[in-house]
Amino acid sequence: MREDRSPILELLGITKSFGGVEALRGVDFALSPGEIHGLVGENGAGKSTLMKIIAGVHSEFSGRFLIDGKETHFRSARDAHAAGIAMVHQELSVAPDLTVAENVFLGNQPTNRFGLVQWRRMAREAGEQLARFGIDVDPMSRLGDLPIGLQQLIEIARVLFSGARIVILDEPTSALSPPEVERLFATLRRLREEGTAIVFISHFIEDILLVSDTVTVFRNGRKVAETASVATSKGALIEAMIGRGGEALEHSYTDDLMLPRPSDSSVVLKVDQLSLARSLKDISFEARAGEVLGIYGFMGCGQQELSRILFGKLKPDGGTLAVEGKPRTFASTAAARRAGVALVPESRRAMLFHQEPVYKNISISILDRISSLLLKPAQERDIARRQVEQLQIRPPVVGLDLGMLSGGNQQKVALAKWLTYPPKLLVLCEPTRGMDVGAKNDVINIVRDLRAKGLAVIVLSTEPETVLSLADRILVLKRGALVREFKNEPVSKDRLLEAA
Amino acid sequence: MASSETALAAGRRPRGVAPFLRSQMRNIAPFLTLIFLSAFFAFASPSFATLDNLGNILTQVSVTGIIAVGLTFVILCAEIDLSIASIANVTGIAVAYFTLQESYVNIANIPLPGAVAIILSILLCALLGLVNALGLTVIGIPSFIMTLAMMQIAAGVSALLVRGQIAYKVPGLITTLGSGSIGGIPWIVIVAAIMLLGGHLVLTYTRFGRYVYMVGGNREAAEYSGLNVKLILGAVMVISAVCSGIGGMLGVAHFGSAQQNEFDTYLLDSIAAVVVGGTSLFGGRGGIGNTIVGLFVLGVLNNGLDHVNIDSFLKILIRGLILLAALVINVYAQRLREKAAE
Repeated sequence: MREDRSPILELLGITKSFGGVEALRGVDFALSPGEIHGLVGENGAGKSTLMKIIAGVHSEFSGRFLIDGKETHFRSARDAHAAGIAMVHQELSVAPDLTVAENVFLGNQPTNRFGLVQWRRMAREAGEQLARFGIDVDPMSRLGDLPIGLQQLIEIARVLFSGARIVILDEPTSALSPPEVERLFATLRRLREEGTAIVFISHFIEDILLVSDTVTVFRNGRKVAETASVATSKGALIEAMIGRGGEALEHSYTDDLMLPRPSDSSVVLKVDQLSLARSLKDISFEARAGEVLGIYGFMGCGQQELSRILFGKLKPDGGTLAVEGKPRTFASTAAARRAGVALVPESRRAMLFHQEPVYKNISISILDRISSLLLKPAQERDIARRQVEQLQIRPPVVGLDLGMLSGGNQQKVALAKWLTYPPKLLVLCEPTRGMDVGAKNDVINIVRDLRAKGLAVIVLSTEPETVLSLADRILVLKRGALVREFKNEPVSKDRLLEAA
Repeated sequence: MASSETALAAGRRPRGVAPFLRSQMRNIAPFLTLIFLSAFFAFASPSFATLDNLGNILTQVSVTGIIAVGLTFVILCAEIDLSIASIANVTGIAVAYFTLQESYVNIANIPLPGAVAIILSILLCALLGLVNALGLTVIGIPSFIMTLAMMQIAAGVSALLVRGQIAYKVPGLITTLGSGSIGGIPWIVIVAAIMLLGGHLVLTYTRFGRYVYMVGGNREAAEYSGLNVKLILGAVMVISAVCSGIGGMLGVAHFGSAQQNEFDTYLLDSIAAVVVGGTSLFGGRGGIGNTIVGLFVLGVLNNGLDHVNIDSFLKILIRGLILLAALVINVYAQRLREKAAE
């Protein structure tokens, strides 16, 4: 069908490099009206770079760029926007303090001839648009008060209904629950009927196969496959993505996994009836030494808040925490650290110093154990060097500014800060998010190592794979409450999703 | 294997001279400004480039230098302290207030022994700094607003103490340090040099100094690394207030009198010295070395404009323009550095 139509967008021989490293090497890419085009590939394969070129974010590259058959060069995202290209980025970019309606019309509010905003019209039209999307909210409510998933849907809705001819969605489903994903797909299909060209990037290959017409696979900056969705399978795509037999990987995600018998070693953390405003309700659980406890749930289920409470960043409204039997109320993160709790938050940016060298990043949380008043840089470097070697951080140069390391290596540095004097309890949020298969395996091995050393590890994730590959026992968190515990029984991705 | 890793590392480092210069822009630009200004004034006026005048410049920047030590800590943490001049003023007035004045001075003061007067005055400025610290960390008032309030509070206390009068006497130690000299070198220059050196050593070689840079570099990350960020922020506010207080006491001795609004110009001068020197307004970059260069830029500018024949009213405008230029460079340097790091 789509072969009849001429492509709305055509890229030929696109090459883009960052500081000598080629992110894209001679990529051809075409997009037709009324097509949903899925993109898959490991992190760093070049998908996002290509999309940012299309969206005008990266304006320097070599190769030809044609829109409607005409040679074009965007100098900025604004140019791309004017040409009818809109993109939803991976990170939520909304204005939480504005109303839903204002967010929907961000940057192009309806005004009357005096330039004043027409509030009533804006609210009505926003409500209508969202209703088309199956979202039923008061357009005048504050966006920040809504659950994260809904906020993301509203952002997507804004872009989808902005009248763009080409819509790029980068990982739009990661924060959404299955029914929300269904709603999104229904909308995408409707837009396809109306002739919009849609690019859909996702790690969830099932989603890609379900909704897209064409799938393109990237690996190491090259396009390695382009095929109709109906003519391929998850296994084949994974194989193309990682370039080796993906069978084992595939099975580990769908097959039942047997959880071991719960350990009866000493209790490191005991949480009793913890609650926090609207986020957490009566959370009670224990974490034991030498055990990895997984906590799974959709985005916005309260995981983030729970991890922050454990590390003293948030104060609970009610309930108690005990570390090794001692009741604790942490006045600060410093107090939590001294009590033996460590946290690696989901965002690397949140715990790393990009302008500082690697060794300072690693030593910062143990500085008070190696020096009382004066710094001991030589010792800091030694410790850092050992961690870099042990975790195989590349490049192995502790004096290099952290910002020059790749994302996966930065994540390892985030872990390394806690490993010299291991804490009693390590809380990891999304420890493998955005990592390629190799780095993921490294992290899994590190965590297993820590477990063997007798640490209690808590892994919180919104990705079932992460929890399944790491945890000995799994709790499912749903809308701020613990709804299910998996232990000493078979568990699979399906069962986890069902419980959440 | 090892060699290939080194090669990889080398490949990822910014190569060549240009990226290095770009990343060092914040240190180089103020230094070039200093050299340029010095050369200009030396050329324009024969009385500028003399040893005597160098001594003048050093003395002129001393009080600013003492105050700027503490302010450097604050700005490194990406905070600001607008109460420095007021706290300097009130501490200078306090130390005079606790000293026996001549009979013609009409102030209802409380004469105390010199050492007690000095200790009480330092406690006073530390207390005001502590109020700043609590407002910032416990209540959560942005430092800009908190210290703006403190500026008024300290000015109010000053006004109540002197009630429009002027005091002249301060304890002997303060008189010596503020206006005496040893071997031809004014004590105030020595005190400023020692405090600048001390500040530098603390920032560079102590754990606390590292924490200051880390909190300034990425406050969230500092918190997630288990640092007591509030304690560190509180400490820098107190350090700033105490440095201001010391600057104020010596300043009063230096000028020979203690009165209301005596230090008003020092607020802008101190901030200008730190920022012109290249310490990042976004925190985490810079240091005492930068502040010293900044002090000299301001000192040379202020002093040099006196040596050339220029409308004295124009001087104010010129200083403003130089400060603006420094701010532009400060922000631009941050951007260049981020680009170099990409």
